[in-house]
Amino acid sequence: MNGITNEGLILACSAIGAGLAMIAGIGPGVGQGIAAGYGANAVGRNPGAKGDIMSTMLLGQAVAETTGLYGLAIAFILLFANPLLGKL
Amino acid sequence: MRAGFLLAAGSDVDFMIHGLYKYTLFGQEFWITTTHVSILVVMLVLFVFAVAANRTMRHASEVPGFFQNIVELIVEMLDKMVESSMGSYAPKYRNYIGSIFIFIFVSNISGLFGLRPPTADYGVTLPLGIITFCIIQYNNVKYNKFGAFTDLFKPIPLLFPINLIGEIAVPFSLSLRLFGNVLSGTVMMALIYSLLAKIAIGWPGILHIYFDLFSGAIQTYVFCMLTMVFTTQKMPQED
Repeated sequence: MNGITNEGLILACSAIGAGLAMIAGIGPGVGQGIAAGYGANAVGRNPGAKGDIMSTMLLGQAVAETTGLYGLAIAFILLFANPLLGKL
Repeated sequence: MRAGFLLAAGSDVDFMIHGLYKYTLFGQEFWITTTHVSILVVMLVLFVFAVAANRTMRHASEVPGFFQNIVELIVEMLDKMVESSMGSYAPKYRNYIGSIFIFIFVSNISGLFGLRPPTADYGVTLPLGIITFCIIQYNNVKYNKFGAFTDLFKPIPLLFPINLIGEIAVPFSLSLRLFGNVLSGTVMMALIYSLLAKIAIGWPGILHIYFDLFSGAIQTYVFCMLTMVFTTQKMPQED
């Protein structure tokens, strides 16, 4: 562990943390896929209601996406506005 | 270590907000940033469009011309969107929802014209979220009177903190959703233009269509839709 400065350690761990934070992308991906699948199913059953199904599906997908975006926000904070560097 | 031959190492990735001009007011330092510039450009475009639309509609003809057609199309689309989700409360909120829809949409697609989208700055989306929060709570108190407070203890009093957090989280989740989506598009385009600078000719246009146009339109729709849904939830339903 010689030759590693405090800043270097914090930056390296922040990069790893940012990568780990983006694991949050799995959940929204699965959720949006399920929503899209059921949307396609619904259009197949009732092609006349395509517009309503489309808007409901997009709304639900956008809400499901929020958790992934929280992870993205944390990754961006760690990469570009690191609060831990100020603690040294 | 050089990463890949396509990656033009050395060219720096640039998608941050830049300060352009510094001034002090009441002992505080303030910056005029690129966000201010792009928001001014967006407002100028909207202002010119509004004046032109006003001119045209004042001399509206029975058989609409090209520009009158476009204006009528936009207004009818927005009216239909508000009416479909707010029902009889639509006339009150038509103006506000239409305004923020057009503003957010033009802001989101301004990345197509080389600006940094104003909505990729959390200082722009958080106020939009807070305005929505104020509208929701205003309607909550107006229609539910004291029930607005007692609703927080609704199923069992133990859930009070969770209900409170659920109410307060609304503006943050709304604004973070818009901000995160637009920022991720901006970051992706900046990465492509700077890291793949050698081969980024022509084809990033397809990605622009996805990240700026499609994603921007969807997020605009979602923001307005959620604003209307949350507001209508607090109103008494007649049927």
